[in-house]
Amino acid sequence: MTILVPDTKSTAAPGTARVLLAYLKRDRLALAAAVFLALFVLAAILGPWLVGDAASQLGLRQRNLAPFSLEQSWLYFLGADTLGRPILARLIVGAQNTLGIAAAAVFSSMLIGGALGLVAGYSERWYSQLILRLADVIMSFPSLLLALIVLYTLGPSIANLVIVLAITRMPVYLRTARAEVLELRERMFVSAARSMGAKPARIILRHIAPLVLPTLVTISAIDFATVILSESALSFLGLGIQPPDFTWGAMVANGRGYLSTAWWIAFWPGLAIMLTTLSLNILSNWARTVADPQQRWRLQTLRKAAR
Amino acid sequence: MFSYIGRRASHSILSVIGLLALVFFLTRLTGDPSALYLPLDATAEARAAFARLNGLDQPVHWQFAEYLKDLLQLDFGQSLRQNRSAIEVALQAFPETLKLAFVAITLSTALAILVGSLAAARPGSLFDRIASVASLAGASAPDFWVAIVGILVFAVGLELLPTSGTGSWAHWIMPIFVLMLRPFGLLVQVVRGTMLSALASPYIKTARAKGVRRTKIIFGHALRNSLLPVVTVAGDLATSLVNGAVVVESIFGWPGIGKLMIDAIIQRDFAVVQSTILVTATAIFILNIAIDLLYAFLDPRIRY
Repeated sequence: MTILVPDTKSTAAPGTARVLLAYLKRDRLALAAAVFLALFVLAAILGPWLVGDAASQLGLRQRNLAPFSLEQSWLYFLGADTLGRPILARLIVGAQNTLGIAAAAVFSSMLIGGALGLVAGYSERWYSQLILRLADVIMSFPSLLLALIVLYTLGPSIANLVIVLAITRMPVYLRTARAEVLELRERMFVSAARSMGAKPARIILRHIAPLVLPTLVTISAIDFATVILSESALSFLGLGIQPPDFTWGAMVANGRGYLSTAWWIAFWPGLAIMLTTLSLNILSNWARTVADPQQRWRLQTLRKAAR
Repeated sequence: MFSYIGRRASHSILSVIGLLALVFFLTRLTGDPSALYLPLDATAEARAAFARLNGLDQPVHWQFAEYLKDLLQLDFGQSLRQNRSAIEVALQAFPETLKLAFVAITLSTALAILVGSLAAARPGSLFDRIASVASLAGASAPDFWVAIVGILVFAVGLELLPTSGTGSWAHWIMPIFVLMLRPFGLLVQVVRGTMLSALASPYIKTARAKGVRRTKIIFGHALRNSLLPVVTVAGDLATSLVNGAVVVESIFGWPGIGKLMIDAIIQRDFAVVQSTILVTATAIFILNIAIDLLYAFLDPRIRY
């Protein structure tokens, strides 16, 4: 007995990718954001390997070197900090920490929040209520204050930073996952699985979780910008990443004391944060428009409308 | 309605106690205050006496029970640093933050409603596109960096505004502006979105067909029906405004709750940390209940 499986994926995949690319090309703002993010990811992955040593190399002669001079190497184009380290090189190395911490935090909050949400949605035992109350408590209190207290207690380190960021962002995933499960668990395929004797763990993991996951991944993409902002604020306040490691937020904090003499030390890393989060927000806005059939026509006719 | 408020309030009180417990045990982990408040060469007896005086020699869970008992008697503990009631310290700083937050959220909501409605009235126009990019930029900007660039340009460069502190009205401009950015950016997007769908609904067509004036359609008919989601988001933002206040206050030296909190954590002034949390959490819970009641006022279909 053979089952004919229509080979839809291989024919559809390049088509949709091409259509998406075509949409992206029409929206210049989204295209610019995508290019910038691609560069950012590239810099985060390859950068430290290219300029790693230069970022921590002290140079007494280049101390507080002003930007836009090409007398030194191109790494000094954005100037140098108080210890003569080239800012461009530090931006590239800092990109890796910034991206790494945000990625780890987003991933773990999606994992923990998603798992708790699945449990809270499927089961009606006392712990579901407890989980929900916990999410309420975390959500109703300013995340930065909570993060400050936790980080000060546990001691600032990269691992703790990731944990704190993950905990403060967790309720979003928890609530979404729970809402989806509440709807899914009444569906026919779940009752079918239940009547066939599947255990709750199997139903949740094999039947419900795959359907909840896409929504959570979408949220995590939007959440990335928020997490980058929170991390940089914590690092700026001195309770985030600690030297010799640094992120862009910590670089802004370093430059804070030299505003009147060397503005560029604090300016560039902040601009980098801004451009990254802005690109993320622009792209997620764009993706929302593309995904919404009622809005998609705006992109198809964008050229005409602009004129 | 009163039973609804009562139910909400009892939930909130449970949440506040949970939060206080969390913070209580966490702050106890930060270390011994006697290391910070007594001279380095203090004898072991002096340290023990200090701990006994402040109830720090008891087991932690016992300390928490004591704390809750004192709380019921409206005794919030003494500030180690300032040697006066901790709640007094917190309540003194709180209005400063409240003033900032109130002005910021009111101004940004009003501005966002105006800009968002005008942008939704002509989707795709130049104004709409500028408003979209500006609101995205506002929502994406790291507030501490904007504050620093503001100081750089207006205080160091142009010497128009003071760098930090309080006193004249000029001290208000930069903190308010920085605090407004994020709520403004997010709210413009919400207003624009809900207004777009409201303006596409049949009753707007009817109004247009009747010959109602454009401004009246936008601000009279469409806006009233799209205010509900705006209120929800504005309420959520008011909570996160405290986040912004922490950053803004520490940069501009504003003597509010955020700055007090950071100082108290670093100085291990436990009672003050607890009281700050208590005051902030209570304010937020009251705000949330107020927002729920505002719904019923804005939309007569909602009853509690």
